[in-house]
Amino acid sequence: MENTRATRVIDPETGSNYDVAHEKSPVFYDTYERKADLRHQTHYCPGCGHGIVHKLIAEGIEELGIKDKTIFVSPVGCSVFAYYYFDVGNVQAAHGRASAAATAVKRACPDKVVLSYQGDGDLAAIGTAEIIHAANRGEKIAVFFVNNGIYGMTGGQMAPTTLVGQKSTTTPWGRHPAGEGFPLHMSELLSTLEAPTYIERVALCDNKNIMRARRAVRHALELQRDNAGFSFVEILSPCPTIWGKDPVEARAWVSDGMIPVFPLALFRDRKPEMPVVPEPPQRPVADVLELTTSRDAAEPQKSLAADHHSFSHIGIKIAGFGGQGVLLLGQLLTEMGMREHLEVSWLPSYGPEMRSGSAHCHVCLSKERVGSPLVSAPDVLVAMNEISLHKFAREVVPGGLILYNGSNLPEGFDDSEVHVVCIPAGEIADVVGSPKAANIVMLGALLEATECLNSETAMQVLEAKVKKVQLLEIDRKALTAGRDYIDHQVGAVSQPDGFA
Amino acid sequence: MRQLCKGNIALMKGAILAGCRAFYGYPITPASEIAESAALYLPQIGGTFLQAESEVAAINMVYGAASAGVRVMTASSGPGISLMQEGISYLAGAELPCVIVDVMRGGPGLGNIAPEQSDYTAMVKGGGHGNYRNIVLAPASVQEMAELTLLAFELADKYRNPAVVLADGFVGQMMEPLELEYRNAELPEKPWAVKGTVETRRNLISSIYLEPDGLEEHQRRLEAKYIRAQEFECRHEAYCTQDAEVLLVGFGIVSRVLLSTVEALRRDGVRAGMFRPITLWPYPSRALAKAASKAQNVLVVELNNGQMFEDVRLAINGEVPVKFFGRVGGNVPSVEELKEIVMSFAHPSRNRFDATAAHHTEEKAIDPYSMLVS
Repeated sequence: MENTRATRVIDPETGSNYDVAHEKSPVFYDTYERKADLRHQTHYCPGCGHGIVHKLIAEGIEELGIKDKTIFVSPVGCSVFAYYYFDVGNVQAAHGRASAAATAVKRACPDKVVLSYQGDGDLAAIGTAEIIHAANRGEKIAVFFVNNGIYGMTGGQMAPTTLVGQKSTTTPWGRHPAGEGFPLHMSELLSTLEAPTYIERVALCDNKNIMRARRAVRHALELQRDNAGFSFVEILSPCPTIWGKDPVEARAWVSDGMIPVFPLALFRDRKPEMPVVPEPPQRPVADVLELTTSRDAAEPQKSLAADHHSFSHIGIKIAGFGGQGVLLLGQLLTEMGMREHLEVSWLPSYGPEMRSGSAHCHVCLSKERVGSPLVSAPDVLVAMNEISLHKFAREVVPGGLILYNGSNLPEGFDDSEVHVVCIPAGEIADVVGSPKAANIVMLGALLEATECLNSETAMQVLEAKVKKVQLLEIDRKALTAGRDYIDHQVGAVSQPDGFA
Repeated sequence: MRQLCKGNIALMKGAILAGCRAFYGYPITPASEIAESAALYLPQIGGTFLQAESEVAAINMVYGAASAGVRVMTASSGPGISLMQEGISYLAGAELPCVIVDVMRGGPGLGNIAPEQSDYTAMVKGGGHGNYRNIVLAPASVQEMAELTLLAFELADKYRNPAVVLADGFVGQMMEPLELEYRNAELPEKPWAVKGTVETRRNLISSIYLEPDGLEEHQRRLEAKYIRAQEFECRHEAYCTQDAEVLLVGFGIVSRVLLSTVEALRRDGVRAGMFRPITLWPYPSRALAKAASKAQNVLVVELNNGQMFEDVRLAINGEVPVKFFGRVGGNVPSVEELKEIVMSFAHPSRNRFDATAAHHTEEKAIDPYSMLVS
């Protein structure tokens, strides 16, 4: 047998010589220093399956020569202390999360071998979501799922794999499917997924099956050594102490009680077919983060420097329906202000993505650091619809300006303390080519009426933002039309007080 | 060079400049742009982005990546942060550095997606189980979303502890000029990490200490680390506090409103000042006490029911009367509103705010829209 070693040992006390046919795998520590006491033996009960599974894994690691590149993620449950024994890199995870933690360990160390070792409560109850999704992503990890149908460490409560009728401390009359459901078949469940490479259920009921388990464990590890995909080995395992049986009876129960419910099978052993999808381009960090100077952000001309602005701070509120380009209009103004060396801020009303709801945004243009980005008393209100006009007009400072998207003010609107300019922006936009450009008509009108920012900057910003030539042409016309409307139809608009 | 940038996106740019190459998260408004920009940026620069099946999985993936020694982060908002608290406790217990971003929204429960600051207690006092601390930074501008995230990664590694960037919906969603220069991140050695190498084979990442003495020793070590952080890492901004008779205290977006309020009050002849903690833990208590030492009144303003208020009162320790005004549900107080409130106690004769109304009681009195406690 390939795992049998014969080593000649000389007993230091008696001086006698003898051959050791089986010795502890060098993947286990010589003595278990992380244990508080009894450092020469494990914390597992006599007859427990964990010791066997540990041994199979350690021997597999040894045989494949991957000890130095293996990372073992241990769970919560009896095997929480797997790191006492395995002389490999160890990460101890939260209850149920070992496969999530292992996912990220593997992605951080893609050329290493990552194992997740989990019990039935850990994997099939509290960690069900994590194992299904790790498997569904085809994470390149090996998961060893030790199924003994009971919570061992916490003293014998029901597990999701507890058999129907099996007594536990939380099913004192036996598991009743009407209230507690049926045993969960994890291997079968994961076999419905596309991504896993290898899924097999084995049992520790007799030597023949233990040898089968050994081959399964080794195969799962080989797949990891070869970076070949997600492997999952479910191991039906005895828990004599909690089952109230002696080790021999417990082994028999694995074969007589468990295997009929959890049939042993190789469910999957093939590499998943991966469709060809585009790979992301690889680019320098500075380019990806747009930290380099580009055409989009040419330095503004000198004449547009901040000290040429007549105001020290203005607050603008823009409001309308979602889809009217209200937020974009605000962004354009903010970008323009930034290019003209002002301090600026843009604050949106944000909500679930929707098209017909209300939207508004706040824009501050200032020569000083912007304090509150909320414009609670706007110098200028751009009201793209009647609802917004009614809603926000009373916030406008006395002597402030309202640009209203409409031919006439609604009847009864009190404009005694503010200047109101009506602009049929929708109609004008329609004429220049698209009703969607009403926001740009309003931008033109705003620039012409207030002279707060330069319309050349507006074109620079539009050129940078609008990639489609046709749309850019419509925007150019809309901007000009908005300015012309003020120029020709309205005439000089008295400056809002804040601009003085 | 300045670029107009959304707070959430600026945050991710800062993270990448800090050397963060791994993001595990789950979408939630108003934090989703962070995950979206991570999904856009990281795969182009050899990093990892993974949309997890839940925040529970995401934070445990952060645990895994941090165990392997990479700079890793996640971002979420209230409901997602609640799900992450278990993992944050494990991260602190296992002394794993990482950055967790909370772009706060309204709660409790589903609440709404509008800005609140109601996760202060959960993040600053530690919403998970056990004795631990998060390092918590509170940005107030788009620029700070990037800069404080950079700092968060530094501090997380320096103290081997989770660091939190506690922002709010407004700071996350607003756009302002961002000025960032490309630089190569200097990544510290992490000899404790588990990397699947001969050198790190004996390493163990764990938060379990079975023996009472062992766990006590572990916690004493954590405590010593926290004391060191309190000594060296407190950060704050003080504005016009030298001669302030009224000191306004707030963090995040509120501090911006307070800045404008101070200016408005000073125009009216009221000597107001503003103190803003930048680190919410460790809390800059000494600096706050100093800034308040000449004031007659301190007013704490928050978008919650008075969560930081308690820390301000501890810092000032009864030396100066401390009042609280909060708006919740996504409402943010305006400069005009705050000015009236300050005038009500600073110069009661000069304003129309009813200072004798139910707001001024020993108990926290609540009117339908606001809370003022004195």
